[in-house]
Amino acid sequence: MRNVWVVTTNTFREAVRDRVLYNLVFFALLMMGAAILVGQISIGIEESVIVSLGLSAISVIGIFIAVFIGVGLVSKEMEKRTLYALLAKPVQRWEFLLGKFGGLVMTLTVNTTAMAVGLYVALWTVKHPLEHSDWYLLVAVYLILLKLALIVALAMLFSCFTTPFLAILFTLGLYVAGLFAEDLRTMQAISLTPETMKLFRGISYLLPNFENFNVMGVVAHGRSVPATLVWQDTSYAILYAAIVLAGAAMIFSRRNLK
Amino acid sequence: MPNAAIEIQNLSKDYPFGFLHLRKRRSLENLTMQVQAGDVFGFLGPNGAGKSTTIKLLMRLIFPTSGTARILGKPIEDVSMHQDIGYLPEQPYFYDYLTAAELLNYFARFHGLRESDRRARVERMLKKVGLDTAKKIQLRKYSKGMLQRAGLAQAILHDPQVVVLDEPMSGLDPLGRREVRDIILELKKEGRTVLFSTHILSDAEMLCDRVGVIVGGKLRGVGTPGEMVGIQTQGMEILFELDGSAKKPALLEKATKTGERYRVQLPEAELYNALDQLKEAGARILSVAQIKPTLEEFFMNLVDADRAQANAVEVSGR
Repeated sequence: MRNVWVVTTNTFREAVRDRVLYNLVFFALLMMGAAILVGQISIGIEESVIVSLGLSAISVIGIFIAVFIGVGLVSKEMEKRTLYALLAKPVQRWEFLLGKFGGLVMTLTVNTTAMAVGLYVALWTVKHPLEHSDWYLLVAVYLILLKLALIVALAMLFSCFTTPFLAILFTLGLYVAGLFAEDLRTMQAISLTPETMKLFRGISYLLPNFENFNVMGVVAHGRSVPATLVWQDTSYAILYAAIVLAGAAMIFSRRNLK
Repeated sequence: MPNAAIEIQNLSKDYPFGFLHLRKRRSLENLTMQVQAGDVFGFLGPNGAGKSTTIKLLMRLIFPTSGTARILGKPIEDVSMHQDIGYLPEQPYFYDYLTAAELLNYFARFHGLRESDRRARVERMLKKVGLDTAKKIQLRKYSKGMLQRAGLAQAILHDPQVVVLDEPMSGLDPLGRREVRDIILELKKEGRTVLFSTHILSDAEMLCDRVGVIVGGKLRGVGTPGEMVGIQTQGMEILFELDGSAKKPALLEKATKTGERYRVQLPEAELYNALDQLKEAGARILSVAQIKPTLEEFFMNLVDADRAQANAVEVSGR
């Protein structure tokens, strides 16, 4: 695992030096603006507006980074041929892949944590002291992070066998489809035959269920998130990402470089 | 007999092309050769001949269609083999957000070197390739030649037994080329095996124990530079001076004059007759030498012959 860690730390360093974390400035400005504006226009619901806005921004910015940088993790290395010298070291291709994944997840963790701190600061400006229920926000942030890790894995899988542009399209497409996985499973359309229903249900189980990770509505109203859901989501994300990364490693280990 | 550091057996590589990738173009055909331990081996060939393909196959960057290869007795699929191998890619490009020192330190970590050892080696290598004054500059600000030096430093950082260099002189000024030549000679002196590809033939002639010439994906010859070019002489050349008052020998018609000196080229069988003529005329003979084809001429003959042959080899899907 030493090699994986070496690649992970270097990928994190790359993200920092390529100014990926500059998005935090945008987030900080958004939160400051929201805190000032919300205090003036929404009476009584400032907290839920700030929480919803903050969590949405954390999610959208995270998805943007996970997809665009996730796709570039492998494809950029192949295109620029920075990978050549590295693969001539005693490094397995799967170690490289896992290290790149770890590096971006580490970047997203730092980014998301910083945004969560910003969200709490904004929340504190509209109401202080903070209440016990406000700490449920951390659970929502954690689930967003799991979702982002899963998106990174998918972006890497696609970038292992197709062009960066198509990999971005496939990842975003699968993300949107994954938001509706639950609906596909429970769909009771009159016009559909039982066979088609079975097919849809089968597809719904294969799709990554991203709606599982969305507890924004719950925490925005100060309600707690069941512990079982957190454990289930954690296990689901780990298992799903592991399968996706194993697939990516299998493809990448047979790939001829340019 | 010395051990082979690199053994290649019937290595072939086809690249798919066309819309559905159903057609295949053969880029390397049944390459079989050996590089002996401790040798400097030059891999010569024009662009697209298959040099880089061979090196990439050895470095597992691409996978063979058929055939096998072993380095230091281990199959190329064995990743642990890379502990003892250094590789400089063609036109190397590295993480441009790193400094040269950070890059070398990063690569050294894969070899399990301890931090203090890593630091000392990095310093030593940067000095060796002349980058010690630029070690804190990010690679994005490096020139092509400086990147080449950084690439060379990472290739030899971990004291590998086998060093594979893909066009190591490319992009270097005459001073840089001489430094690379010195490093290659130093590696040889240390008993390491060096395989390098080049199309700068004078470098190959100067550095290599043996060379292999590859054209159109096929190996056309392996041997010492002398063996490759010195199979037969192309005649004799006499350099002489002639006093203005002396009797003009008949062979003067064939000679070319440069300053006060005459140069004449003639078949080997006519040498003694010519020397007698010159002696009679009272000429001062400065040198008598065999005319041998240079490696460049040998190389160009092979390339011309290949171009005259069939077009690119296409193995299927025509």
